[in-house]
Amino acid sequence: MNTNIRVKFRKYGCLKFIGHLDVMRYFQKAIRRADIAICYSEGFSPHMIMSFAAPLGVGLTSDGEYMDISVKSSPSSAEAVKRLNEVMAEGIDVVSWRALPENSKNAMSIVAAADYEVRFREGCGPFNGWQEKLGEFLELSQICILKKTKKGVQETDIRPWLYNYTIEGDVISMQVSAGSVHNLKPELLIGSFGDWAGVKIPVSALLVHRKEIYADQGTEEKHSLISLEALGEEIG
Amino acid sequence: MRKLALSDEILMTVEKPARYIGGEVNAVIKDKEKTDIRFCMCFPDVYEIGMSHLGIQILYDMFNRREDIWCERVYSPWTDLDKIMREKNIPLFALESQDSVKDFDFLGITIQYEMCYTNILQILDLAQIPLEASKRTKEHPFVIGGGPCAYNPEPLAEFFDMFYIGEGETQYFRLMDLYKEWRTGGASREAFLMQAAQIPGIYVPSLYDVAYKEDGTIASMTPNCPEAPEKVRKQLVLDMTDTFYPEKPVVPFIKATQDRVVLEIQRGCIRGCRFCQAGMLYRPARERDLEMLKKYACSMLKNTGYEEISLSSLSSSDYSCLEELVNFLMDEFGSKGINISLPSLRIDAFSLDVMGKVQDVRKSSLTFAPEAGSQRLRDVINKGLTEEVILNGAGQAFEGGWSRVKLYFMLGLPTETEEDIKSIAWLAQKIAERYYETPKEQRNGKCQIVVSTSFFVPKPFTPFQWARMCTKEEFLQRAYVVNHEIKEQKNRKSMKYNWHEADVTVLEGILARGDRKVGAVVRRAYEKGCLFDSWSEWFCNSFWMEAFEECGIDMNFYTTRERALDEIFPWDFIDIGVSRAFLEREWSRAHEEKVTKNCRQICSGCGAAVYGGGVCHEH
Repeated sequence: MNTNIRVKFRKYGCLKFIGHLDVMRYFQKAIRRADIAICYSEGFSPHMIMSFAAPLGVGLTSDGEYMDISVKSSPSSAEAVKRLNEVMAEGIDVVSWRALPENSKNAMSIVAAADYEVRFREGCGPFNGWQEKLGEFLELSQICILKKTKKGVQETDIRPWLYNYTIEGDVISMQVSAGSVHNLKPELLIGSFGDWAGVKIPVSALLVHRKEIYADQGTEEKHSLISLEALGEEIG
Repeated sequence: MRKLALSDEILMTVEKPARYIGGEVNAVIKDKEKTDIRFCMCFPDVYEIGMSHLGIQILYDMFNRREDIWCERVYSPWTDLDKIMREKNIPLFALESQDSVKDFDFLGITIQYEMCYTNILQILDLAQIPLEASKRTKEHPFVIGGGPCAYNPEPLAEFFDMFYIGEGETQYFRLMDLYKEWRTGGASREAFLMQAAQIPGIYVPSLYDVAYKEDGTIASMTPNCPEAPEKVRKQLVLDMTDTFYPEKPVVPFIKATQDRVVLEIQRGCIRGCRFCQAGMLYRPARERDLEMLKKYACSMLKNTGYEEISLSSLSSSDYSCLEELVNFLMDEFGSKGINISLPSLRIDAFSLDVMGKVQDVRKSSLTFAPEAGSQRLRDVINKGLTEEVILNGAGQAFEGGWSRVKLYFMLGLPTETEEDIKSIAWLAQKIAERYYETPKEQRNGKCQIVVSTSFFVPKPFTPFQWARMCTKEEFLQRAYVVNHEIKEQKNRKSMKYNWHEADVTVLEGILARGDRKVGAVVRRAYEKGCLFDSWSEWFCNSFWMEAFEECGIDMNFYTTRERALDEIFPWDFIDIGVSRAFLEREWSRAHEEKVTKNCRQICSGCGAAVYGGGVCHEH
């Protein structure tokens, strides 16, 4: 009986420079090194059954990355995490290994929201007291940005996609819409804050750290977010 | 957490920042306070190419087994980072520690092909090490070169403190021990070099003087101190089984050119093709033990997680236990989704059977390297592949479902006639005919024959080291003849012809057989901006032409000039075991169109038997 497993991992340090495709290749090798009994697709050039929740941009770090894999047999969660961590490079740690109930949807298709922490790189803060100004900006009922589409430039209100936020000291924490419907990147939000405040905030000024990715078990009106990890169960 | 030499801002602007961060799986991190010697190993090309090189992986593993040595890696920064490092004055750094290369004890540079010479100067320049060895002080690392191009190191003589002639597994530890001793003694840099010159295989160019005749050829090359030997003898590993080989090679994060486990099954080649430098340099041919290879295949796959293993050698079919090894790999890994790749394989019933099992017949193509189109010319170059063998192999392959064939040839070989050149097209036609003779139900649609030609470059230590090389115009003329003749063939629609640029080939020829005078041109070309010359998008022939002009060096002296049999060559001070008398004999047999048998059939007395091992002493 094949089991679907959700693996949560952290990406930090120098490995923030490794792009999404290379992270996939990295895990394909790591799974072989750890001797995990992963399932392969059929056909002449079989590939591992593996999919990732949401690609993380180059330069970003994360405490909450996910991939789903299908295995022929699974050791206990503790054992699997240990075996994988023994073959990791510094910069990626496996946090959890959980079995998904039968017929669960894959991580990629259910991503609905994500938590981020954003900081300004040392010496890159836009101006003194930006915190107060940012608070004012984020309280606006509409934040319109211009989006280039095939048909030309379109105005879009991104404010509804910001679910909540806090500004504490130098850290901006936010929960935003993510996934295939509305994917709000923190860089875009902070960039538009800069435009509003009349200063240019380049992407390179920001340190963006993803904390968690969620699925939504509620409705459009009333979200009920649950971390992707919580949808699986520990294997004893 | 490791601290990087480059800032986030820089890493976010350059292409593929993973080239510069190190920290890969199996990379070795040591406590620098606890090591005595810092060795930086360099492949002077971009990371993805350099990381594909087996030699560095072997030496990296070997050095790091010693607790007192920390061996790290460095590759050529790509042009985008090169520019930034120059603007911001950032010194070149090693991947593991991210420390400046200039603070290392040694910088070892592997020299795999001629067109990386300007990249060597880039490495030194970015490392902030003086380009000329003579200007280095005790503050600088010793710069040591190795690899196939070190067998004619003279064009690079002024840039290196030392060259290591031969296989690195043998003498490096002696050199390291000598270095430790020297450093505690406080003697001069020159004193160390003089002592190093006494280690077999170590060539210190500054200890030799070269005198030239009026015609520009060498009158003499003599040691200028008693410590330097007259002849530097190639070092080689006699026991290929009980030696260093990496069980945990470094696995890059980004896709390297060679993205697989590489298992070197043997070194050297028994064949003796007269154009082939590797075939002479690595004599005698030496095999690794089957059980060792099985063991390493398992541990290397386990430790890297690669999904492919490739057997490496100059001619895999000549490995005596190939069938057993391949069957083992298929039994052991075939069901685990591991691919097996077998380059440089002769096409016969066995190899077709194996390939049919390990790859998709419909998608893969067969490769033949006849090197010359006519039997006459194949005899000249001693390529013992007959037309009958090629057509039989192709026939069997077509019956097995293959429909794509790749053919590799060289143009500009010694004695080549118009008929030889046209024979390339005729051979392609015969293969196409063989395809359409195959019963329809066994065939797989149309056949596709891809003919590729490269231009012949005479190399040191080959029977063709005396040969005249073609000019660019002659090369291209020959390619046009092939192209035209292919268009005349009945099955031309099943054929495709590719040929190389000729400019690079001409330069390669000059550097390959160049002398010390050529060093000035390399430097001038580099100063003009030449870099990544083996990358067509960066190669700039006009800079090179200007450099020759400005240095007053005549290119034809190195290429088209006829060399006398008794001419002293720049590389003659190196003893590779294979004697000059043998090479001369082979050069004359080439003109007589006589084939020389391979080392297993009969010993031709090349001289490599003096090493006392390998194929020479098999029985």
